[in-house]
Amino acid sequence: MSLLDVKDLRVEFSTPEGSVTAVNDLTFSLEAGQTLGIVGESGSGKSQTAFALMGLLAKNGIISGEALFNGQQVLNLPEQQLNAIRAEKISMIFQDPMTSLNPYMKVGEQLKEVLRLHKGMSNREAHVEAVRMLDAVKMPEAEKRMAMYPHEFSGGMRQRVMIAMALLCKPQLLIADEPTTALDVTVQAQIMTLLNELKSEFNTAIIMITHDLGVVAGICDKVLVMYAGRTMEYGSAKDVFYRPSHPYTEGLLKAIPRLDTEGEILPTIPGNPPNLLKLPQGCPFQERCHRVSDHCRQHTPELSTFGDQRQRACHDNFHLSGGQ
Amino acid sequence: MSDKALLLDVVDLKVYFKIKNNKGLPWAPAATLKAVDGVSLKLYQGETLGVVGESGCGKSTFARAVIGLVPAEAGKVVWLGQDLTKLPHKELREKRKEIQMIFQDPLASLNPRMTVGDIIAEPLQTFYPKLSKAEVKQQVKEMMTKVGLLPNVINRYPHEFSGGQCQRIGIARALILKPKMIICDEPVSALDVSIQAQVVNLLKELQAEMGLSLIFIAHDLSVVKHISDRVLVMYLGNAVELGTSKALFDKPTHPYTKALMSAVPIPDPDLERNKTIDLLEGDLPSPISPPSGCVFRTRCPIATEQCAQLKPQLEGTSDHSVSCIHTAV
Repeated sequence: MSLLDVKDLRVEFSTPEGSVTAVNDLTFSLEAGQTLGIVGESGSGKSQTAFALMGLLAKNGIISGEALFNGQQVLNLPEQQLNAIRAEKISMIFQDPMTSLNPYMKVGEQLKEVLRLHKGMSNREAHVEAVRMLDAVKMPEAEKRMAMYPHEFSGGMRQRVMIAMALLCKPQLLIADEPTTALDVTVQAQIMTLLNELKSEFNTAIIMITHDLGVVAGICDKVLVMYAGRTMEYGSAKDVFYRPSHPYTEGLLKAIPRLDTEGEILPTIPGNPPNLLKLPQGCPFQERCHRVSDHCRQHTPELSTFGDQRQRACHDNFHLSGGQ
Repeated sequence: MSDKALLLDVVDLKVYFKIKNNKGLPWAPAATLKAVDGVSLKLYQGETLGVVGESGCGKSTFARAVIGLVPAEAGKVVWLGQDLTKLPHKELREKRKEIQMIFQDPLASLNPRMTVGDIIAEPLQTFYPKLSKAEVKQQVKEMMTKVGLLPNVINRYPHEFSGGQCQRIGIARALILKPKMIICDEPVSALDVSIQAQVVNLLKELQAEMGLSLIFIAHDLSVVKHISDRVLVMYLGNAVELGTSKALFDKPTHPYTKALMSAVPIPDPDLERNKTIDLLEGDLPSPISPPSGCVFRTRCPIATEQCAQLKPQLEGTSDHSVSCIHTAV
């Protein structure tokens, strides 16, 4: 049994303009200690997937499908049961470390609160444990920092506090929603190195949600590429990076300027991501795809399994033959 | 590059801000924040100069001081032989026909209550009030086609467009006066990867077509490498390394540039996992009380006692210069 088994996860929002399917039949699984990268552009549904798993969706969101965490369904659970899972078994870190910490509470109090609530620790025990965790995320002068407020920390240090807080109860799964997007590259490198170390130290499985393929390359074992709420491609990181099987993945990989290569004009994916309210019939990527055919405009491609546990949703078989 | 015409010559530019100390007594003297502390550079016609550095290094303030949006404390900004810092406001305004700017947040930099056509036409109407409505409309439509917007969206409002399209509107507005130089302040950092490549290519095409000079500010080194002829690396208000894109990226010399470049993730699992990162310890020091001597010495792996005493200057050739007493190009 996998640590997390998500099957046909679907998230719909009812809006005044009509129903929007933000996540459409998503299926993936994650083993203990593994890292899955969910990649996509803004509006592709990657964050909503995470929010659905954590029970954090907006009120107009409707979830269907199943997500088994250690065999237990975690979707649509009542608040009380969710609270027993959140933080203890699954925890989450967010993109903006400033807005996810309480500005009125000392950092130490926020950390201790988690331990008191979930582990029933006394204040003194919680203090010792919180300092230990701040040390583990390489916070300098951890003892002194406990008495400081979030605004006294830099962005990177705040993200360290968030990571420490998320790991306090030693969760089996950590969901990281764009954890380094708001940070500078040198700080990003520090945080990614830290996450890599903690991952092996605590054997935590990580779902890394990001738009940065460089970040994915550094930490993920498996990659799920999303577009307009759907899986475009799913497979091991090496397969997806070295043998992309979907025109979208291929386009994304080519469109990134890289430090280690030269090139004059960047190959681009033309056009813009589609409006989820007015999705075209057929494949959602058709308008931007260079291998589009009439068939793509009529029929939505189903996810098909091939190769070494890989999945792709594309009618074109060009990429299966290794691009020959 | 030196065979081309010199457009802009910035000499020892300093921008200081006065910071009131809230904890002190009301009459206590204000502290000084040195946002840009003596940066010099030259920009030639048709070239792109990339400015990189982390948040708080002064790259945006530097650009704003060049165009006169923040007053310079000291130094010169010589634009075609004229010092912009000494010009009265009215004359400086005339110069903005020649120097335009593109901003980071594409939606926030457009007035939500103006139509796309009005936004792009506004600079024209300001500087050439005698143009007839038909002429203005004609020029606006031409410019929209040039930046890849359909002319039939001229009456729509900014909120109806995606981020990438809004950035195209911002570019059209900057280009409508046919400027000689455009300052791009993080023009693509708010955009998705696939859209980012479109906008970078558009800027490159327009530059070749109109002979523009660009100052391209970004924190993303890969984008800067891709678009720039020369690159300036800044740290805490100081220039630490300046060189042609090739020289600088092939042979980064300053310890800060090296650390910055090794930190950029490579979208390739094997390369990314096996590379060595020069991790920088600690955080950026406060620009209110920067370290004495070399500003990078508190995080530098090769700092010595000497670094605390001597403030290094950019030294080297016109192709590549570095400001460090322990390394040379």
